[in-house]
This record gives sequence, C-alpha cells and structure tokens, in this order.
Amino acid sequence: MKTRINLYASLLALSVLTGCSSSAIYDSEPTTTDIDNAGVKTAEVESADVEVVPVIAETATVFYFDFDKALLTDQSRADLLENAVILAGNSRSIRLEGHADERGTREYNMALGERRAASVKEFLVMQGVSGDRIEVISFGEERAAAYGSDDEAWRLNRRVELK
Amino acid sequence: MTFFKQFSILLLALLINSNAYSELVIRVTEGNDQPTIIALSPFELNGLKITEDIAAIVESDLRRSGLFKLIPQEDMLAFPSNPNDVYYRDWRLLGTEYLVVGSMSVLTDGRYEIEFSLLSINSQKIQFTHKVRSSSSKIRDLAHSVSDKIYQSITGIRGAFSTRLAYVSVIREGDDFTYRLQVADADGARESLMLESKQPIMSPSWSPDGKELAYVSFETGRPAIFRQNLATATRQQLTNFKGLNGAPSWSPDGKTLAIVLSKDGNPELYSLELDSGKLTRLTRHFAIDTEPAWMPDGKHILFTSDRGGTPQIYKLKLADRSVERITFQGNYNARASIAPDGRTMAMVHRSSNVFHIAALDLNTRRLIELTETTLDESPSVAPNGAMLMYATKYKDRGILAAVSVDAGVKYNLPAKLGDVREPAWSPFLR
Repeated sequence: MKTRINLYASLLALSVLTGCSSSAIYDSEPTTTDIDNAGVKTAEVESADVEVVPVIAETATVFYFDFDKALLTDQSRADLLENAVILAGNSRSIRLEGHADERGTREYNMALGERRAASVKEFLVMQGVSGDRIEVISFGEERAAAYGSDDEAWRLNRRVELK
Repeated sequence: MTFFKQFSILLLALLINSNAYSELVIRVTEGNDQPTIIALSPFELNGLKITEDIAAIVESDLRRSGLFKLIPQEDMLAFPSNPNDVYYRDWRLLGTEYLVVGSMSVLTDGRYEIEFSLLSINSQKIQFTHKVRSSSSKIRDLAHSVSDKIYQSITGIRGAFSTRLAYVSVIREGDDFTYRLQVADADGARESLMLESKQPIMSPSWSPDGKELAYVSFETGRPAIFRQNLATATRQQLTNFKGLNGAPSWSPDGKTLAIVLSKDGNPELYSLELDSGKLTRLTRHFAIDTEPAWMPDGKHILFTSDRGGTPQIYKLKLADRSVERITFQGNYNARASIAPDGRTMAMVHRSSNVFHIAALDLNTRRLIELTETTLDESPSVAPNGAMLMYATKYKDRGILAAVSVDAGVKYNLPAKLGDVREPAWSPFLR
C-alpha cells in the first residue's frame, strides 16, 4: 500500500464557510444576501498495487450466475472441483472477486458480488481448501468483463473470478 | 482505532476547473404545460466589465426548472433597470406575468452587488427588491442567488439553483480506468475535481452542512469509507474492515454515518459516530441489508434488503431497531432517497423488466414511475424537494438526468467525455 498515512491524530480543520443573512421576501425595503462560497480542492491518491497472481492453467477460473442469484451452476461446481484438486497440491493464497451486471443498484450489487464470491469460497472450503487462504472481494458492477447493455454482456458480467 | 487513521494527503493548491474531464451540458427535454411567463430585462451594468452573462445564467436556471417561459430579449420594447421606469402596459401586451429589473454596482470594498426587483405585471406591484453581494470572482453565485429569490417568490418553494452536485465520472481506456469524484454547480458549471483514482470510487454522500463528502474508495485495494472536506481536500479514512465497507449516508445532525459492513459475515447496517468512532450494529439478518438513507427526522433509516426474497425498501426505527417493510409493488425496489418533507420517497423500481426511477408517497402509498429510460439508478432528491437527479444510460454512455417529483419536467446533463454516475444533490449551502 503506497497511500500516504499520517498517524498524527490531528482533527480535521473545517473550513469556514461564511453564512449570510436573508430576510423576508415581500418587504418593500431591500434585503441583502452575502455570498462567499468555499471553493473545491483536489485530494490526491496513489493507487495500491494489487498483485495479480497468474491464473491457474487450463482450468476454468470464472464462474457465472443468474440475475440476483448466488447459486452455483452444475458447470461451476465441476470447475471448482478441479480447482480444489489443484489448490490441494499447493499452498498459495487465492482471491475471489465477485461481480454483478449493470442492472439494479450499485451498492446492492456490491453485496450481491460479495455473496457470489462467498458461495464460491464456501464450496472450496467444503472441498477441503483452508478458508484462511481465500480472500473475498466484491467489485459490484464497477468492473465489467463485457461492455454493452444486452443479455450476453450481462451474462458474462455476473461472475466470480478466481485469481 | 484502526478505522480512524488520519490520512495526510498532498494538497493540490490548484483548483482544477476542468473543461477536459466530463463537463456537463444541460438539455431540457420536457417542461410544464402552463409555465409562468417571465421577462428578465438585462441588468444595468453601470460600466462594469464582467465576463459572465448574468441574464443568461438566470434565464437558464428558470428554464431548467420547467416552470417558466422566458420572453426573448429581442421582443422587449425597452430594457428598464429601475422599477420606476417600467411601462406595465408594454409588458402586458407581451403576455408577461412577471418582470425582473435590476442593476449591478461595485461596493467600496471591491465586491459586486446586484439590486433587483420582481414586478407583478398584472397587479402593477413590486413583489420585492433584494440585493445580493459577492466578490467579483463569484458572479455565477450572484446569478444563482437572483434565480433562487425569483423562484421562491413566485412558486413559494425555496430555490435550489445555488446548490451543488457531486458525482463520479469514469473514463476507460482498454483495461485502464480513471475514476473521478467531481463537484459542480447544480447547472453543471464550474466542475471541480475532488479525487482521482485508478480504482473504483462510489457512493458520495453530502454532510448536512455541505462542506464534506463521505464516499467509498478502493484505492487501498479494497473498499473503504472516507470523508473529505471540499474546501481543504483534507481527508480521513473511516473504515478498513474485512469485506464490504460501503453506502455511507450522513445523518441529518451531521454526527453519524450510517454505513454497510459485512465484517460479521453478511451485509448489515451500522452507525458510526464520527467524533468517538463508536460503531453500532443496527440490523441483524442473514439477507443483504444495504443502501441506508436517513429520514429527515433522524430517527428512522430507510434501507434496501432482500430478506423477503427480492430487494425491497424497509424502514428501521432507531429507538427499538424494529423494521417495517415499505415497498410491495414490483420485485425490485432499491436505493431510497427521501425528499425533505419525509413523505416523497424516490427509488429504483423495476417494472416490465426495466429499471426506472419511481416516487412513492409514503402517506397514500401511491407509486408514480418518473422515468421512461431503462437503466435508471442512483436517485437523489434536491434539497427543496422539487426535482431529483439520477443516472441513466444514453447511447451506451452513463449520463445524469433530472426529473421533477411529479414527472412533469425533465432535463439531461450529458458529459462531454466518459461516463458520469451516482449524482448526489447537495443540501442548501447558505
């Protein structure tokens, strides 16, 4: 993580935004509004380098789901059994990235992506893979695998990627 | 506490007023059937050289509300700047119901002042005379303040032209993404950059004083909730839990964030006291609970849950944590945004397999679909409750659009570049 961290427990300095007065509207006397809007400054972030481990060769590592569902398909179960065998033969950690299609709301889709990744994790753990080796993260609908607003793109985006 | 790490960030001295990013451009698509006819006589500038066209800004504000029809300047017989110089008969012949006249001057401290009056042509009466003042660099603020005053006098509803929008813009080049958290005026002008990242930025939520935003950023490689001051760019990471850290929603008193965490196994609502860092779990259910939105009373929180089998909106009573289901029509209702009256609730509503924005009257339970496009999301009601902003897709690009809560008025704010999404309408700023 390269983001700068400053552990000084200083409190946020809130900017002073000058208020103003404004009296009744239907006065015959003029009323006055003083304006002093605060501007906007830009913060800066350095992105973390997310380490991407090479994909396990020849075995399917993407698993697809129905709309608003986190149930594993028969195909996914078969593919995950193969992955479990490979994982039993090594000790590396894996990351399960859950995704949703663009339909529906963004934060609900974050939850849905996590639920999908969790159901993949649960299956692998049942096959004997230690849960400690598995990290789960959801990207919701933020990282599409296919672009476009049609059934095929949506199908490809409702997925969990094993990395 | 780990979730109260203070982040010190390089402050960019530059205020980035970018034309290059996603600058919004307004197109009014639908207006009121019986608009009020109003004329804006160009303000007397008394020799002042100003770069902004004040009349154009005010006219654009009023037109965007959908409630007004403007008399074109070329039809006007005279350009009075003082109420005493107005020939009411001339304006009546043009069909004018209201006339705005005014003049601009410079004060001894160098600030600018506009003194303006709203005249009712039918009753031949001055409705009000008002002065607005600002520094010479805030001409647009002056103009929006003029619009607010006119709108309020005629409609009885507080104007929201001086408010701001926060939103997320995304530009994709191949597999490379640039996410930007932006703030602009409610008319899309003066766009400023708050944060830029290669990783997702989501879910901006305004503090009730309009000085800060809370949002989700993936910059650490995982989602985390941050708060950031607009004027100083000072920011603070608030959460760093395993799993989801999402959907921040600022309480009406500004002291608490409602957030979503899945650290205990599945997504639940929590409250996070900002001063003490005290975290309290609010929901307890194996279903998805997310997208909290405070009711204006500060005592209830609306949220989305699929505990009934499909996503629906529920209301949590903070006093006893009891939960009541709010939506029953349709199999997908999510992401509530409540109007300041606590009665009109905007949400994402699926009907005939497409996603619209709908408004539900919490008293009568009447539901109106407000939009006709198909991938509408992220509704955010304006602080005066008259309009709401939402995100939709147009020609495969994410754009922002606005609709009145009665569906009568519509306009789009397409970006010139990239996708824009997740609009959050600021509270009143003064």
